Amino acid sequence: MHGTLSPLSSRKGDGARGGAFCPAIAAHGMLGEFGLMGAPGQPAGHTRHMHVTREHLVGISGDLTALTAPEARDLLVRRQISATELAHAVLGQIERTESQVRSFITVTADEALAQARAADVALGGSDPGATPPLTGIPVALKDLFCTTGVQTTAGSRILEGFIPPYDATVVARLRAAGAVFVGKANMDEFAMGSSTENSGYHPTHNPWDVSRVPGGSSGGSAAAVSAGQAILSLGTDTGGSIRQPASLCSVTGLKPTYGRVSRYGVVAFASSLDQVGPFSIGVEGSAMVLQAIAGADPMDATTAPFAVPDYRSTIRDGVKGLRIGVPAEYFTAGMEPDVERLVREAIQTLTSLGATVHPVSLPYSEHGLATYYIIAPAEASSNLSRYNGIKYGLAALDEVDMTRAMDATRQRGFGNEPKRRIMLGTYALSSGYYDAYYRKAQQVRTLIKADFDNAFASVDVIAAPVSPTVAFKMGARIDDPLAMYLSDVCTIPVNVAGLPGISVPCGFDHQGLPVGLQLIGKAFDEATLFRAAFAYEEATSFHRQRPPLAEQAGSEGSVNQAAMGAGKAGGPQRAPHA
Amino acid sequence: MNLTPEDVDHVATLARLGITAEDRSRFAEQLSDVLEHFRALQALDTTGISPTAQVFNLHSVMRDDVARPSLPREQVLANAPRQEDGFFRVQAVLET
Repeated sequence: MHGTLSPLSSRKGDGARGGAFCPAIAAHGMLGEFGLMGAPGQPAGHTRHMHVTREHLVGISGDLTALTAPEARDLLVRRQISATELAHAVLGQIERTESQVRSFITVTADEALAQARAADVALGGSDPGATPPLTGIPVALKDLFCTTGVQTTAGSRILEGFIPPYDATVVARLRAAGAVFVGKANMDEFAMGSSTENSGYHPTHNPWDVSRVPGGSSGGSAAAVSAGQAILSLGTDTGGSIRQPASLCSVTGLKPTYGRVSRYGVVAFASSLDQVGPFSIGVEGSAMVLQAIAGADPMDATTAPFAVPDYRSTIRDGVKGLRIGVPAEYFTAGMEPDVERLVREAIQTLTSLGATVHPVSLPYSEHGLATYYIIAPAEASSNLSRYNGIKYGLAALDEVDMTRAMDATRQRGFGNEPKRRIMLGTYALSSGYYDAYYRKAQQVRTLIKADFDNAFASVDVIAAPVSPTVAFKMGARIDDPLAMYLSDVCTIPVNVAGLPGISVPCGFDHQGLPVGLQLIGKAFDEATLFRAAFAYEEATSFHRQRPPLAEQAGSEGSVNQAAMGAGKAGGPQRAPHA
Repeated sequence: MNLTPEDVDHVATLARLGITAEDRSRFAEQLSDVLEHFRALQALDTTGISPTAQVFNLHSVMRDDVARPSLPREQVLANAPRQEDGFFRVQAVLET
């Protein structure tokens, strides 16, 4: 059924992210001898279902950084590659591309290689298939997950040098699942932003066009996976901070249901909205990560006591009969025409696969942005009160008075956006304004959630754009907070309602810049999102296309990319920055 | 909604956030813009609508009251800007 119904199905996209296997150690994981072996000949979707064999390598670069997580798992378990090779491959890719992309605040190469060696020992045992599911797979962590012994900054200078004495629950769970941690990814300071330009360290660049932003706040996590600097990554999404950068960087990103994943050890921004989720190439990798991190945690009382289903067991069940709601309100006036066209084409593809489309109405979503920008800063102003120069982080030790020391610490340590939000939140919570702002916003939150409840009485998922625009130029919105906030107009209501949402690549605009399709699910129904998103990507090939920058890293890959591109319409045939 | 520079000073004091003269005028302008944009909320009729603080109505989640090991003191203090005799050291809070 692969792609036979879709107008996009003639694309032979698999090669760009195709599987690879490595019978012998190759420096940095590049398999040069396989890179020039001819034209791609595989039907779309072929390699993903089966063991990758040598034949599948025809036309495939052999670059291990192009592997999806399930492919890497398969090759590791069958000992076609080693975890050490894979770690060298992604670390090599970081070395080659990081000066252009700048995804990381900290790269933990030594730790990664040590973890990879341990993974190889486990995989070398009598039953490698019984090893934990992420054994040896390189993962980048947004720099707000506490990692024992590794600096965790939340993108802020106020936490520079902070070395957590414990792991966040999600980090501990990924560790237990065998993951190899390659580094701490860059982010907007305290996850406040939509471009990763608000990082207190440096901006991250979009691998598809380094003059543009990768989105944010999890921009480093998205860019790292897009550029092949990690196979998987972890981010957080408070108002769109996973889905929007996933869309802008053409990777899969999932924001789980509020309460699905523990927030223990995650630097807090807005506690009633924050949720941890994965980035991957291909939907299945995100399912693997969610499987590893989801579930109740005694250390986070807001985690839900519901059982976690086996996501991969239903991911291939298809979308026949799936009812997709399309809310007119999400195709807004400010939306770029290419974005609207590609999202509508994606919905059409899903219907061609057997889903049915139904108009739904989410009238209160237009108030999502205002609701969010009262609730989130209010919670942030409280959460960020802990950065006062006493227990950790920057301290104005030159001040002799406690109050003045706190004022100075926070003035020096916070960047503009956290300051703006602390001010906004403090104002909204202050005496005389609480009812007008905070209580009002919480009431509207009830109405926004009720809209979704109504819609989900008659549909299984809701399809919408992720971002109204493609990646914008760096600097374009940095001095205009409102313009920046509007980046998240289609994602914010989902956080306000606590629902799960996924972004999957659905094409490229006329400039070759990526666009994402957002699928929104019922609470705790990530399984249906994975199923629908997987069916979509099986019928298309956008997720298999890599930014030229990732391919340029190896000349073989570049040749392959060029061969693949021939005769293809609509794809990014050139590096916009080349 | 217009925030004056004096409002900004007041809020900054509540937030324990030192600000410069330049911050004061810039924040007054930017925060006024943001609040103005969000005024539409005030016009919504929310009579009888209960506020939502948390979406899934988990109430009073309890755990067993069992002691468990906590981090050793030296690890807790390891990130402290200043410490003394196993305590966090801070500047004087009250004037002498």
